[in-house]
Amino acid sequence: MRVPSVKTPVFWGYGALVAVGVAAPFVVYPVFAMNVLTMALFASAFNLLLGYVGLLSFGHAAFLGSAAYVTGYASKALGLPVILAVPAGAAVAALLGLLFGTLALRRSGIYFAMITLGFAQVIYFLVVQMPWTGGEDGLQGIPRGRVLGLDLSDKYAMYYFVYAVFLLAFLLVHRTIESPFGQVLRAIRENEPRAVSLGYDVERYKLLAFVLSAGLSGLAGSLKALTLQFATLGDVTWQRSGEVILMTLLGGMGTVVGPSVGALLVLTLENYLASLGSWVTVITGAVFVVMVLAFRRGLVGEVRALLKRSF
Amino acid sequence: MIRAISGQLLLGLINGSFYALLSLGLAIIFGLLDVVNFAHGAQYMMGAFLAWMGLEYLGIGYWWALLLVPAAMGLVGIAIERLFLRRLQGLDPLYGLLLTFGLTLMIEGAFHHAYGNSGNPYPVPEALTGGFDLGFVYLPRYRAWVVLVSGLVCFASWFVIERTQLGAYLRAGTENRRLLQAFGINVPLMFTVTYGFGVALAAFAGVMAAPIYQVSPLMGSSLIMVVFAVVVIGGMGSILGAILTGLGIGLAEGLTKFLYPPAASVVVFVIMALVLLVRPAGLFGRAR
Repeated sequence: MRVPSVKTPVFWGYGALVAVGVAAPFVVYPVFAMNVLTMALFASAFNLLLGYVGLLSFGHAAFLGSAAYVTGYASKALGLPVILAVPAGAAVAALLGLLFGTLALRRSGIYFAMITLGFAQVIYFLVVQMPWTGGEDGLQGIPRGRVLGLDLSDKYAMYYFVYAVFLLAFLLVHRTIESPFGQVLRAIRENEPRAVSLGYDVERYKLLAFVLSAGLSGLAGSLKALTLQFATLGDVTWQRSGEVILMTLLGGMGTVVGPSVGALLVLTLENYLASLGSWVTVITGAVFVVMVLAFRRGLVGEVRALLKRSF
Repeated sequence: MIRAISGQLLLGLINGSFYALLSLGLAIIFGLLDVVNFAHGAQYMMGAFLAWMGLEYLGIGYWWALLLVPAAMGLVGIAIERLFLRRLQGLDPLYGLLLTFGLTLMIEGAFHHAYGNSGNPYPVPEALTGGFDLGFVYLPRYRAWVVLVSGLVCFASWFVIERTQLGAYLRAGTENRRLLQAFGINVPLMFTVTYGFGVALAAFAGVMAAPIYQVSPLMGSSLIMVVFAVVVIGGMGSILGAILTGLGIGLAEGLTKFLYPPAASVVVFVIMALVLLVRPAGLFGRAR
């Protein structure tokens, strides 16, 4: 991906992303905007796996949650600065990804989904039982600290920090998708035996994609912990793993911006429906069913197909 | 010492009976329909809840519930297959998993809304109260009944699938459904009935479980994770494998509860990891 020239849609896409991103905290609550950004990053990382390798992980909350706890613990109990605490969370998530990926990738398809779900449950039980995670209460009052002399306890400073990290990570995901590496991933998704016969070490490619996805999910979790200043059990549950699947499905799997659109939609929906309590779960489930039955390409995918048809 | 360990092993055997019943249903459905029924846990929960509701609101006792609830849930399963799963045939099996996941959220959310988080007790039927002291362990009569009946149901399912004409069609459909259809068998009908039967089996397990575990909206979701792990460990290729693995995992959990209680909830996943290292296709599975 070269620097896009002025005339391409990619250039205008990024232009719009920057404009919206810079203006967002003045239009909506900065904390809500940060939530959307972290979940958009989470979903984009997840989509790297589901959309481009065709692997459905049902345990991505493990990476988001464990990184949130590590970052929270590092900055609260160990007093590490943000510049170390955030990478520490992402690194732990990537290592977990390496461990889980090595095992889970021995099977494929629906077995892969069930295995990742099981491993994520292990993380859940560990977080419940370990002494430093605060059990049912989670970690609370995580300090945001300072980065590059910027005091992150100010919500606007924090927002632009999260936004900058998001933008870099989003670029990395986009770059990965467009790279030769991304092409090979897509080849594996489309026809794995063919990719093998062409001489690609498919297992290595898959594992690398899995670790990258896990690490970026961890980065999202670390940012989330700093944004909300707490890490809770909710971030390691299977419901959270389901939520990121929904975001990706809703926005459009296998599209670059789909997962971010999906994250925005899901969080907005949850925000408006919060007063309905358990009905949110029912509605979420219904959206799943409708998407799977009627709109498998997701919002961005459907729009793209529509545009293609009309031009 | 002996009493403590046999007590835990007995509990493990009870849990294992439920794992076996549920993984059996899961394996039958997956074998023919290529659908991983994520809603299996929710359907088990619905079975337990319908039994409880029947008693609470209509005065329908345990024995009738054992008959009526699976029948009713079988019809629900048939409706789900006709309305939803049928439309996903020929697509990547992942979509079946996602659809049934969505159904799970809808079912659990609705029950959660209506009944909250807390568990509801369901009385043990009068004929099965009390128990026997075997010397090394106290065996409540109802638990003996659970082991016996689930053993019978598992055996009957195995017998029907492996030893009868109907089962032969089912196995043929698992191997090659288009060829089976070419022989004049109504395969779509078989799909519907099979899914209905699987759901009925889950609901049956739910009714059986009601007097043992508290009846609560989330009782299925924690169970389904373990059952998935059982299925990965056993491999879904064989009915007998699913049953044996279910029982074995139950016992392994019981043993862990005796040796090192905190690890009891994760031991099944550790075993899953070990099996993946040594025999990725599962203990009874065929590589594919």
